[in-house]
Amino acid sequence: MPVISARTDLDALSMTFVTEHDAPVDRVWQLWADPRQLERWWGPPEWPATFTRHDFVPGGWSTYVMTGPSGERAPGWWIATRVSAPHRFEFDDGFEGQDGEPDPAMPAISCTVELDDVGGGRTRMTFTSRFPTPGDQAMLNGMGIEEGTRAALGQIDELLA
Amino acid sequence: MVVDTLSPDEVDRLFQALADGTRRDILTRALTGEHSVTALAARYEMSFAAVQKHVAVLERASLIAKARHGREQLVRANPAAIERARALLQSYEALWRHRSATMDAILAADRP
Repeated sequence: MPVISARTDLDALSMTFVTEHDAPVDRVWQLWADPRQLERWWGPPEWPATFTRHDFVPGGWSTYVMTGPSGERAPGWWIATRVSAPHRFEFDDGFEGQDGEPDPAMPAISCTVELDDVGGGRTRMTFTSRFPTPGDQAMLNGMGIEEGTRAALGQIDELLA
Repeated sequence: MVVDTLSPDEVDRLFQALADGTRRDILTRALTGEHSVTALAARYEMSFAAVQKHVAVLERASLIAKARHGREQLVRANPAAIERARALLQSYEALWRHRSATMDAILAADRP
């Protein structure tokens, strides 16, 4: 089943992908809950993932490494922030520093997975990832700045669409 | 693929720079020609310093470049960086298409 919709919200710094699958919610949940299933689909093409840890409980850590076609290694980690089986899973997806530990200088991306029964044994999955809110923007907002003209705003959004 | 050649903090700077309506507006203006920071500042109901700050955020993300022209700093867009942002968003979408198709293959393998 193709991606039903892909949407970028630049103001919220978020991207949302909606897909539908021909399997019940409990079964689709296993694709996230079971590390052996998860690692079969998480990595991009040519970059298979191996999950070395997957504590699928609130506050639990997952660690993985993706291996590229020339043996490059791209390690990453998750920390689960909400696990409500079988409908909702929230986690922060972060990068590792040179020392193999989570890199505090590299803000994590907040991800939300929602699974909904759409009838007929089918499941809709909505995946949303939010980039960190920029500190400099908070600072600018704190300066009490009024938004200026937005007449040309749509053009950039279209450009990026 | 693994999200092309930008480092994670470059990606971060890029999206953070684009996450503000005023900055997108400045960027759009800069795409259509060179503008001095003074001329840009006159267009917004905010202080010169605030506009300068927005310009600096765009510059750090390489979305615009500044060039000195006499006593003025001229701002223009860097189309290559905008193209990188677009390509990056497309690569995320492509990644989810791939993941979705792979999930379907795993789910299909369950069935007899």
